[in-house]
Amino acid sequence: MAELLVWPVLIAYGEAAFAYAGELRGPGFAGRLAVWGVRLGWIAQTALLVVQAIDTDGFPWGTWAGALNLFVWLVVGAYLIWGCRPRYRLLGLAVMPPAAALLVAAWAGGGTGVTTRDEPGALLAFHVGLMLAGFAGLTLAAGMAALYLWQERRLKRRDAHLLRLRVPPLDALDRLSARTSLTSLVVLSAGMVVGLASFQRGDFDAAIAVSLAIWALVASSLLLRFEVGVRGRRFAVLLMLVLGLVVVVLPITHFAS
Amino acid sequence: MKLTLVGVSHHQAPVELRERVAVDIAGASALARSLADGCEAVVLSTCNRTELYLASDRDAALEEHAGRALLDLAGDEGAALAPVLYRLGDDSAALHLFRVAAGLDSLVPGEGEILGQVRDAFEAGTTGPLLDRLFRQALHAGRRARVETAIGESPASVPAAAAALAQQVFGELGGRGVVLVGAGKMSELTARNLRTRGASVLAVANRTMEHGVELARQVGGRAIALDALPEELRRADVVVSSTSAPGFVLDVARAGAALRGRRGRPLLFVDLAVPRDVDPALAGVDGCFVYDVDDLEAVVEASIAGRRAEAVRAERIVASEAERFREWQTSLAVVPAIASLRARAEEIRAAELAKAEGRLGRLPESERRLVEAVTSQIVAKLLHTPTVRLKEAAAAADGVIYADVVRHLFGLGEEEQQS
Repeated sequence: MAELLVWPVLIAYGEAAFAYAGELRGPGFAGRLAVWGVRLGWIAQTALLVVQAIDTDGFPWGTWAGALNLFVWLVVGAYLIWGCRPRYRLLGLAVMPPAAALLVAAWAGGGTGVTTRDEPGALLAFHVGLMLAGFAGLTLAAGMAALYLWQERRLKRRDAHLLRLRVPPLDALDRLSARTSLTSLVVLSAGMVVGLASFQRGDFDAAIAVSLAIWALVASSLLLRFEVGVRGRRFAVLLMLVLGLVVVVLPITHFAS
Repeated sequence: MKLTLVGVSHHQAPVELRERVAVDIAGASALARSLADGCEAVVLSTCNRTELYLASDRDAALEEHAGRALLDLAGDEGAALAPVLYRLGDDSAALHLFRVAAGLDSLVPGEGEILGQVRDAFEAGTTGPLLDRLFRQALHAGRRARVETAIGESPASVPAAAAALAQQVFGELGGRGVVLVGAGKMSELTARNLRTRGASVLAVANRTMEHGVELARQVGGRAIALDALPEELRRADVVVSSTSAPGFVLDVARAGAALRGRRGRPLLFVDLAVPRDVDPALAGVDGCFVYDVDDLEAVVEASIAGRRAEAVRAERIVASEAERFREWQTSLAVVPAIASLRARAEEIRAAELAKAEGRLGRLPESERRLVEAVTSQIVAKLLHTPTVRLKEAAAAADGVIYADVVRHLFGLGEEEQQS
């Protein structure tokens, strides 16, 4: 059942990724197709996760591939909050292609199927869920930051075709990315506190080190924003650094550990 | 029922002629009432056109009636008006109105005001079944063209482009502060455009204080001296400048301290002056965006080109709506046949029930009602498919033949003649 459900998700996310590229030519039908792709894909992925949760003995998303599957669901779910609004559709161009690619990786790594796992305990499952939700929020914030940098560049270059695309206002992107990263920081902190409860000496590894580095980077970015006024382009660049740590360093350290 | 349109527009008639036949909404209402003698009438009068839409069963008289009304309005310019009047009927008239409502017939494709003007004309008109349907569908077509394409989204003037750019930076402009530098006409127009989108004018900085006070009185805010401008930059979100100063009024040296005090908040400079008031080097400061008049004109040019490209898509929407209207209008031809057929069937059903009254009378009331319901359902089901097929045939233009066949097969014409 789970293997059957993964195909509609991949097709819907893939369709959304392509349709968002069509939205670049101008707002209209392609954008609506993309939003429906995201909605249907997310519903199908929710069903996939439910089937995995029911059929798997133990925690179904304990492997890197399983965690990636859950991570993609969280990212797309967070995106859905804004993505359906016409002005925020282009945010999908920064979110859906990587989401589709990550889901393919999760599927290739066996993270979308049903297998028997060791029972990790509710606390650890809760810790993993919170950490992934935090990283998903940060990924979305970085998507907004990427869109901010792109749109700011167009504004600075005084592009004559600037008004042809529906892009979220710069100020809104800046504020939303800050709010999303603040929320993610709270979720990450909660995840770390839960993780500490089952932490034992000798458990410290590269993944924990990178997670702490991400937490510190996000916290300092927000502190600089609110205390010194580091916002706009500079805040967006900091969020892109966070994304680098989340997307590149964390999986590498996870595979290594 | 025949639909006729007689009108004059910017395509053929110069403004001297158009203004002679232009009427305000009260005048349009009065004219529609005077024309609606046994027919439906709507008068659409905008700065680009005056058009009379009439619908009636009296085919020949309509066009003449409407043409005469427009010539009467033109008065002594009637002779000059006559050659530029256009007359359209049925499908062409409907398609024309749909194009007008979508802004495809306007000077600037997709301009926003026309849809409201069509709605006002409709509400002021004397409508019946045909014009009611026509105008409702025209409004629907106009809305669809704007929602499903980007034809109405981009600005068509420099002040509108400046306001649209401000929205690209800030989103909703409610609560955003504007500082005007110079009291020129373009500054004023841009300020008004920004105000209609929610922004408020904080200050008007001008070399001549009394001009500044006068503009501040009109657009809001307070008048300040040019020396006080850097301090005002700390609070502003948009600066609109159009002085006749020979050099830069705002440069990095003068504005630097104020910009640092903004703590990264974005600031949009709209420089409408030639020679320029705002040093382009300010664009290099984090969060600052500088647009001069050439940049804004390039944005307008690109957006009008974009509107023209979108107009192709809007034309398709309008054509599909016009086709729907044509189908509806042709289906009217078979409506009398369908009504007669249903009336005849109901008559037979009632007559047969009446014949059986002696036997039915002994039945309890609930069972009598059941018999009524069953016979009604049989009649409805029998007539459902012929009704649908007749309507389909009407849409395919051979509806009249089908209607005649139905009349012949069921003897509907004979019944009508006998009665």
